[in-house]
Amino acid sequence: MKKIAIQLAALVFALVLGSAMLDLDPAPVDLRPAVAAHLEASGVAHPVTAVLLNYRGYDTLLEVAVLLLALFAILAVIPDSQTGRPTPAAPVLQTLARLAVPLMLVTATFLLWAGAFRPGGAFQAGSVLAAALVLLHLTGLLAGWPQPGARLRWGLAAGFLVFLAVAAALLLQGHLLQYPPAWAGLLILCIEFALTLSLGLLLAGLFLFLSRDTEGAP
Amino acid sequence: MSTGLLFALVGAALFPMGVAGLLVQRHLLRRILAFNLMGSGAFLILVGLAQRQDVADPVPQAMVLTGIVVAVAATALALALTRRLYALTGRLELPDVEHD
Repeated sequence: MKKIAIQLAALVFALVLGSAMLDLDPAPVDLRPAVAAHLEASGVAHPVTAVLLNYRGYDTLLEVAVLLLALFAILAVIPDSQTGRPTPAAPVLQTLARLAVPLMLVTATFLLWAGAFRPGGAFQAGSVLAAALVLLHLTGLLAGWPQPGARLRWGLAAGFLVFLAVAAALLLQGHLLQYPPAWAGLLILCIEFALTLSLGLLLAGLFLFLSRDTEGAP
Repeated sequence: MSTGLLFALVGAALFPMGVAGLLVQRHLLRRILAFNLMGSGAFLILVGLAQRQDVADPVPQAMVLTGIVVAVAATALALALTRRLYALTGRLELPDVEHD
């Protein structure tokens, strides 16, 4: 009875939401001209990258902080346990993974470089990097990660720290993350490079730290 | 009807499906999936409504990109907690709430 009531309510909500969208007026605020007008000074040529790392850079800074925080919470929650090497997959799968991973690294580098002027950027490149690590793990070529050592910790935090350092340095001018136009391109490239590395490790860590705890697996 | 509006309408269908799933399902994995369905619905609405006139608006797109990453982080944390709950209690459902 309760289930049917909930499902009916959800259906009514969906219909109301859908019909409200059908006769919605055009948005009163249009940010597209504003984005296009300042693209010249933003240091990059692609509007989405400009919004992510320049106009609303603080959102991205906090987003990386949230990702880092989630990884800390996961490390705190899962128990210490030693894992042996994962069971290796079939040889064909392993060979394919060995062939795919270098290509994925090239793709990640291209996405990072492309972010300045077409769809792409640090987040896309980072997820391809993470996918390569997860693929290696799933085919048994890479063991699940134990508690991170000093090098891995610096790698995980590098993106956030570089971003924070740039933000702190720019704060001396009086405004949070307001790049001087002459330096914007270089600063954004530095941040994106560090972010790609860190995001790859962070996203892979969400998987690889969890997978070491095989006894708890459902 | 533009493609953007179609995206938004799909989002408007997905979001209540997620809400209903979150309320009706008991299994924690299903709840996490329902939660992600809600998120996807919200992202589709944001991006779809912003490009109703078939010209993409970069601001909502960047916001949704941020949202997707945060949703991934939240899902991973939820999965870690679920695994811990399973390891400790052997159950994949939350205990019933006591009504006093």
